[in-house]
This record gives sequence, C-alpha cells and structure tokens, in this order.
Amino acid sequence: MYSRAYKSLVSLPPLLWVGLFLLLPYALMLAHSFWMVSDGFIVHQWNLQNYRTLATNPVYAEVLLRSMRIAASVTFCSLILGYPLAYYLSFHAGARREILYQLVIVPLWVSYLVRGYAWKTILGSDGVLNGLLQYLHLTNAPVGFLLYSPFAVILMLTHIYTPFVFLPIYAALEHIPRPVVEASQDLGASPRKTFLRVILPLSLPGLLAGATFAFVLSLGDFLAPLLVGGASGTMIANIVQSLFGAAYDWPLGAAISVCILLITVTLLFLTERLEKRWSF
Amino acid sequence: MSPAPAIPPLEEERAAGPLLEVRALAKRFGAHEVLKGISITVAAGEFITLLGESGSGKTTMLRLIAGFEQPSSGEIWMNGERLDTLPPYKRRVNTVFQQYALFPHLNVRDNVAYGLRVTNAPSNEIDARVADALRMVKMESFAGARPATLSGGQQQRVALARALVNRPLLLLLDEPLSALDANLRKEMQSELKSLQREVGITFLFVTHDQDEAMALSDRIALLRSGALEQVASPREIYSHPATAYTAQFIGQTNLLRADIRGGAAICGALRWPTSAPDGAALFSLRPEAIRLADTAADSGASSTANKPAAKARFSATVKQQLYGGASELLEVDCGGQILRVKIPARGPLSGKQDFSFSAEDAVRVSE
Repeated sequence: MYSRAYKSLVSLPPLLWVGLFLLLPYALMLAHSFWMVSDGFIVHQWNLQNYRTLATNPVYAEVLLRSMRIAASVTFCSLILGYPLAYYLSFHAGARREILYQLVIVPLWVSYLVRGYAWKTILGSDGVLNGLLQYLHLTNAPVGFLLYSPFAVILMLTHIYTPFVFLPIYAALEHIPRPVVEASQDLGASPRKTFLRVILPLSLPGLLAGATFAFVLSLGDFLAPLLVGGASGTMIANIVQSLFGAAYDWPLGAAISVCILLITVTLLFLTERLEKRWSF
Repeated sequence: MSPAPAIPPLEEERAAGPLLEVRALAKRFGAHEVLKGISITVAAGEFITLLGESGSGKTTMLRLIAGFEQPSSGEIWMNGERLDTLPPYKRRVNTVFQQYALFPHLNVRDNVAYGLRVTNAPSNEIDARVADALRMVKMESFAGARPATLSGGQQQRVALARALVNRPLLLLLDEPLSALDANLRKEMQSELKSLQREVGITFLFVTHDQDEAMALSDRIALLRSGALEQVASPREIYSHPATAYTAQFIGQTNLLRADIRGGAAICGALRWPTSAPDGAALFSLRPEAIRLADTAADSGASSTANKPAAKARFSATVKQQLYGGASELLEVDCGGQILRVKIPARGPLSGKQDFSFSAEDAVRVSE
C-alpha cells in the first residue's frame, strides 16, 4: 500500500498541470466572453452583449457554418481514404502490412507547417500542379481555384487527418476475430455480404472515433485556412485569431470559442455514447 | 417412438455413392508439408472423426474442406461435384468453430438466422426454422441474449444451431468441445451423438482426444504428421491397430518386440503361439488382455483342450499398483521387461504373481 503522503505527492503534478493549463484558461475564456471592450480596454462588466452580437450578425453564423461544412467534407474524404486503406492493410496486405503501416504513420512525424507550405508549393498559380497542367497542355493559364479556396483547405486537412482516421479504424478491424469473418463465409455470405453484415458493423466504433477526430480537429483548425484558404476559405478559428489579435476584441473572440467548445463537447459526448452502444 | 427430426435431410440429396471424397489431398505452407496426399471417402450420415496430435494436419484438412485454404494438390468432391474449386460461401458445408466464433453484435436468434438471411431463404420460413434449431439445442429461452453473456457451453449450442439451421450436407466440427470443462464435455459428447442421429447430417469431427473419438465416431481416421495412419471403426482400430503408433495413440498398450521361430513368438520370458512366419515382429498387447492366472478357470484352461496352445502364461513381480476405482493398473516386471496390466479391482497385490493372456490378443503391428 502507498501512503497518503505519497499518493498526494504523485497526484499533485498532474492536478497542477490540468488546473493551470486547462481549467484556468477555460475559466478565463468563459469570464472574458461575458465582459466587453470599451475605448480599447477590456471592461470587467458582466453582460451578454457578445452573444447577442453572434446571434444577430450573420457573418459569424455564416463562417461557422462554412467551417462545419469544411470539417464535414474533411471527415468524409478522410473516411473514404482511410477506411479502405485500413481494410486493405488489415485483411489483404499480408507480408506488406508492416511497411505500409509505417508509410501511413510517417507523415505524422513531419511538421504540420512544413506540410502546409508543401501544399502551397503544389497548388500555387506557379506551383507544381499548375506547371504540370500547362506542360501537358490541359490548360493554357494557371488554374486559380486550386489555391486560396475551401477546396485547398479540404485537401490539406484531409491529407493531415487521414492517418488519424485510419488508426482507430485499423485498430477496430484488427480487433475482429478472423474466425468470425470465416464463420460468415461458411454460413453462405459472399465477401460483399460479409463486409456489410459483419466487418462494417464490428468496425463502427473505430469508424466513429476516426470521424470524430477528423471533424473536431478540422473544425478548430486555423493554420490550413491561413496558409491555403484565402478569403473564401476562412474558418471560424481565423476569426477568433483576428479578434484576439489585430481587432483586440478578446471578449467576442472568447464568446466564439465558448460556442465552438460547446459544439465540440456535445459532439464528443454523443459519439462517446454511440461508440459504447456499438462496442462488443 | 423417436420425435421427428427437427431438420429433416432432404431425400433427393441422398445420392448413391460417398458423400465426400478426398483424393490425394496435399497442402504445403512454404517448405512445410502439412498434408501428404490424403485420400478418404465419407458416407452420407456417417460420424467420422479426424484424430491426431497437434500438428498432424487435422485442422488444415478441415479448413481445406470448408474452403478457408486452397489445396496444393489433390481434389475434394462432394455428392459427385467438385468442391475444392468453390469459394467457402458456395459450399453446402458448415463449420462449428473451436472458439465458436459467434457474431458478437448479433443476439442468439440473429446469429442462428444469419445463414438463412444471407442465403435469401424465404422470410416466412426463417422464424420457424430458427426456433426449431434453438429448440433442438435447448437454447430457445436465450433467443434475445448477446453471445458475450452466455457460458461456453451455451455458446457451443448456439454455434451448433447456427451451423445446422442451413441444412448442410456436411457439418465440420473443429475441436468443438476442447474449451469446455470435463463434466460439461461428457454431457455435450452424448448430446452431440444423439443430435447427429436425430438430424442425420454427416459429421466430420476433429479432435486430439482419443476417448472422445472412440465414444462418438462411426469411424476414426487417425492422422500422423500429415498422412493417414489408419481408418477404421473405433472397435476395429482398438482391437486391431495396424501400426505401433496407432496402438499407442489409441488406448494404452504393451509393445512386444518378438522373435518368431517355428510358430512361436518369443519376447524375453514371454512365449506364445503365432501363425506369423519366422523372423522379427512387433506385437501390441493391451493391458486388459493380461489376466491374473490364479483363478480355477485359468488353471484348468489347459485341460479344456478347446485351444490348448492359445494361452501364454508367465510370472512377474508387481512393481507398482495404481487403483482406478473399477480396475487396478499394475506395472509388472517379467524378467527385466516391464508390462502394464489392467485387471478388475481386487485389493493390493505384491511379490511374484502368475499372469496369462490369449495369444490372439497379441496383435501383430507394423512399425
């Protein structure tokens, strides 16, 4: 048995860490969202003005909706790429499995920023892709929509978050006992029916976990829209960033952050419950 | 009157000739030869057991028949049709897996209905057939339960019902009882046997347990490192083992390396008549074939003159005695040769005793 003193000693650092770097900032953020700015100073006066602004000015709702659309697209694309990849690795890769797995993981070691600039280089008007298109005479002038568009944001975020979607799905597929899959075929189910009736249902918790990762992380992302989004690809986190920066309206920025946090927490809560129901 | 079978075998499928025919079936994994050209036929309605140690290839053979592995060479035929070229889901063969392999996301009823649903059985039949199958394995009250909430024995029953509900021509059972404790195992053995009689479906049963094989099977196919050692009924394989390996694997035995000269086999102090030609030979003598020779019947055996030369007598020192309830297992020393003797329980024995056995019980076996 450990003594009380020992227990409090080892639990102190994590508690301090959580308190200082998580709870305190959240409390500050929440408090700020109910304060206001007057003559360039933050006034500690409790009011609902920020939330009223968010509800009445359509710009915020519009950007928030766009962010959610982008996050949903990223989730969808990551699933479309990540699920077949995980399925192939788990069921059909054979001896190539280890090396392929490493290849999926390796991009995670490369800095987010580096990958962002790489996309800029690829998609720009004098970038690699446009160069190739013109070299092949598919286009005469550079194609504009590639960079500084929601398309670019979705592309970059999909690239970044596909491994995060892949990993939980792969884990779920690996967790399916192979005799169960064989039993399905043995009982007369074709490979297609076996996938739809056994493999897919049993991998749903992993799929859901992956989708949640992709959606939540994309929703709060501000680097991708900053690097490749342009004006039409601006997301809600960019608004928050500018409110905390140049605009110096911390209270309004905090109010938006609280809204994003609420959306995220609700989503996590719902998927957590679904995952529990679908796990076996 | 026996009740009508819950799943009657369809008459037109009872074609003449063997149900299953395995021809020179071989399987290699890399350089390792797991099956070395097995040929065997199985009759419809038969309960046949593939018996062998782990690594003998019995599970591989089952997986080849089910379609989970492809043979390296050889053919499998069922009911006059080539089986080994079909994918598993097109074979009218169902399997009871060692770890049951129930679908964890489906309840008992949906597990059993699975095979009917995926093969597009008429939906108005499904409920009745599932209920029948569950009744057959006495699991109807668990229809709504998830597999994870069931005990091993209950999962076993569900796995059986799930495999039988499709009315397969052949049911494969991969050590289905090995995960159960001893008592439940005995109980399931007898249930399995009566179930097979009831449904009339051919059972191909895989086990490493020779007692289980003896108790259940119409025929036993003994596998040894990928080759068939002997295929025979349990009684035949026990009383007339073809090889020393069979004699030792199925039950206990004394292997006697004898020298035959002029119609008599001589092995140390033992001597018995035989019709085998002169030369060296190996004999198997079951422990229970050796009797204590102190009873009146035995001492008078030579005077009955029915088979005057058919008895072999010897005296030996009792080295060890193990009490087994109804019987005693002795280890006796006969001139330096240790023999195992199994006699009906009769109290402690010691010192020199006289024993006898019938010459016909010493069965000649090959190496």
